[in-house]
Amino acid sequence: MNTNVLLWVVYPYLAIAVLVGGLIWRYRYDKFGWTTRSSQLYESAVLRWGSPMFHFGVLLVLIGHVGGLLVPKSWTEAVGVTEHTYHLTAVFVGTVAGLCTLIGMAILIARRRLTGPVFAATTRNDKAMYVVLAAVIVLGLWATVKANVAGDGYDYRQTVSPWFRSLFYLSPDPELMAGVPASFQAHVLAAFALFAFWPFTRLVHAFSAPVGYLTRPYVVYRSRDARPGLRPARRGWGGPPSAPTTRRGTPARPTERSRGGR
Amino acid sequence: MRVMAQMAMVMNLDKCIGCHTCSVTCKQAWTNRSGVEYVWFNNVESRPGQGYPRTYQDQERWQGGWVRTRSGRLKPRAGGRLRKLLGIFANPKLPAMRDYYEPWTYDYEHLLSAPAGEDTPVARPKSLLTGQDTKVTWSANWDDSLAGGNEIAAGDPVLRQVADRVRQEYEKAFLFFLPRICEHCLNPSCAASCPSGAIYKRAEDGIVLVDQDRCRGWRMCVTGCPYKKVYFNHRTGKAEKCTFCFPRIEIGQPTICSETCVGRLRYIGLMLYDADAVAAAAAVKDETDLYAAQRSVFLDPRDPRVAAEARAAGIPDDWIEAAARSPVWDLIMRYEVALPLHPEYRTMPMVWYIPPLSPVVDVLRDTGHDGENAGNLFGAVDALRIPVEYLAGLFTAGDPAPVRAVLNRLAAMRAYQRRINLGEPRNESIATAVGMTGAQLDDMYRLLAIAKYEERYVIPAAHAEDAHRLEQLGTECSLDYDGGPGMYQTGPFGEASGTAVPVQVETFHMLRSRQTADAGTDPGDQPRRVNLLNWDGKGRPAGLFPPRRDPDDGGGQ
Repeated sequence: MNTNVLLWVVYPYLAIAVLVGGLIWRYRYDKFGWTTRSSQLYESAVLRWGSPMFHFGVLLVLIGHVGGLLVPKSWTEAVGVTEHTYHLTAVFVGTVAGLCTLIGMAILIARRRLTGPVFAATTRNDKAMYVVLAAVIVLGLWATVKANVAGDGYDYRQTVSPWFRSLFYLSPDPELMAGVPASFQAHVLAAFALFAFWPFTRLVHAFSAPVGYLTRPYVVYRSRDARPGLRPARRGWGGPPSAPTTRRGTPARPTERSRGGR
Repeated sequence: MRVMAQMAMVMNLDKCIGCHTCSVTCKQAWTNRSGVEYVWFNNVESRPGQGYPRTYQDQERWQGGWVRTRSGRLKPRAGGRLRKLLGIFANPKLPAMRDYYEPWTYDYEHLLSAPAGEDTPVARPKSLLTGQDTKVTWSANWDDSLAGGNEIAAGDPVLRQVADRVRQEYEKAFLFFLPRICEHCLNPSCAASCPSGAIYKRAEDGIVLVDQDRCRGWRMCVTGCPYKKVYFNHRTGKAEKCTFCFPRIEIGQPTICSETCVGRLRYIGLMLYDADAVAAAAAVKDETDLYAAQRSVFLDPRDPRVAAEARAAGIPDDWIEAAARSPVWDLIMRYEVALPLHPEYRTMPMVWYIPPLSPVVDVLRDTGHDGENAGNLFGAVDALRIPVEYLAGLFTAGDPAPVRAVLNRLAAMRAYQRRINLGEPRNESIATAVGMTGAQLDDMYRLLAIAKYEERYVIPAAHAEDAHRLEQLGTECSLDYDGGPGMYQTGPFGEASGTAVPVQVETFHMLRSRQTADAGTDPGDQPRRVNLLNWDGKGRPAGLFPPRRDPDDGGGQ
């Protein structure tokens, strides 16, 4: 099997399968762990800057990706958006949003490392997630900046976008990705690694964005019979309070389930 | 009319001695875990004082509760739905850990492991957040009993409201204790603030709970609750709050805080109310009308029309009957001596308080007057502005009239009963002066002073036929009794993994007997171990000693 098929067909499908299967598994098995695990209680002043910057930036980036990857070029041209206009907007908005995300993320990571309680509450999983997430963002920004500063722009809507859509038509065309610049290729590969990792990290909270709140009545009533046979509380009941143990100045991650307290 | 039942509580502040037993037993029952070290579902505050978390009553700052918009509707003070979602990435009004306090432990290990040296080793305080050395500078009741004096008490937001006029008189310090749990409001603003819809009000008994499987840690509820009684578990990333000990309530037992209250100052009972009337009552224009508005939504369970409607709404007969015997109803509606805490937050709280007369009595006694004389007491209630205005700031949105009326009734009861105690003839004029009869004063005295367990706690059990639907009785698996198959809670991925067996109707009675019987419930089918922590020191529980062997077996003891 040639590398092209491996990288641009097998690998993406595997990643998507892990993402979907992982999310279903996590939702069924670990609803209790499905949370933002916010650290705002520990530290609020820096978070107030970093977190909205990162999150709004990343939402903008998401919208940009939907526009660039899922909307075919012919559609935008049909409504009169020329390649040049599209390109200018995409590069400008994309760079601003990407920088916003990157700076926000830098603030958040610095805060996480430098604030004692926040660092103590950081798990190994979080650290790995930050590495992958940062890699995706940095590679994406780098690809954009490199193509537009060094070259005179790269029209990924001729190659990457059709390939990405072809995945969903179930007729993947790896040849489209063969000639794509290495920077874009690296970004795509990192992104699929992130998708595969996603269900097993705190990033799952993105899938429970509470949009239903906008239409829901304020006060929720629920009858005892609404959800039969709720499982007993267990995690979070992990025994008496204990200080995070410090190993060579590095506070270890807190244990959510520890010695049976009951 | 839509009749709903609400489990409610009244606390008689005159009897609170500030011993914190309720807080301690609650903590042992519910928040004795990592992540909620700083959390007290039940806390006892000294008044005046800053409270816990510090200055939580200052809604200008913390933005809890509801506000009435110009169009006469209610919206959360911290902002409506859109504003909440826009602020979701960093809640601008979340109390920080320092507003509660940084939880700590002591390095006891060091006492044993320190190398021999000149100095006696000490157990240093260690932060439970970082594991590093810390300084203990605040706690849930740092200003207990006016510790810290004027310096700390002056930060009391309620005192500040009345302070302009009375600060000079503050040297005549008055003190009382205010035990607080979740109010289980009729119009809960925490639930309204929850973007995920994880906080809900139970339709059967009105208890407000957080669904731990649905909570996503957006932490808007902490801001939304004006009483700051929803807490964020910083380890699990989920909101937690007082549960009104629903596993106990469901089997007819009072909450832990009530059960263990040394002063026996808590009363639990049902209130029937008209759910359709709540929204309008919570939105009345004038804040001082909120107390009366909330009383107006309560329905008299003895009224046959109400009982019929309640039956139609699916409330079981024994619940309606329990509502008719409810001590909470008597204190709120019949004797009118209980008042809601901060009705101006417009959440319609359901834990009410009988304001303390003792600050008034103390002043009288200290100034050489007879603190039991009706005339003196009535005069003092009218003349002493500090306690009355301060209490009004807590219980009636600043309107002193209802507080004065309550204190007068308590004073009348005191004076009336003293005459009886001294063998003097009953003086009906004392009762009529406060709009009651002598017989009513007798009944009220009985309820406030000598009511027994069954009279203080009138709690109908949840229905056994509903048992298979109960959310969870106790917090344990039904099979993890000592020696049972679930004893070590082991699943395919090690300890505490896998799905536990939910409570089923088959195990309901065993669980109930286990929670209510004096002796342990022994399924009697397995070789067993003994948990010494559960042993009350009496008798010799089976399994404490190995079985006796016959001497001719060769072994023996």
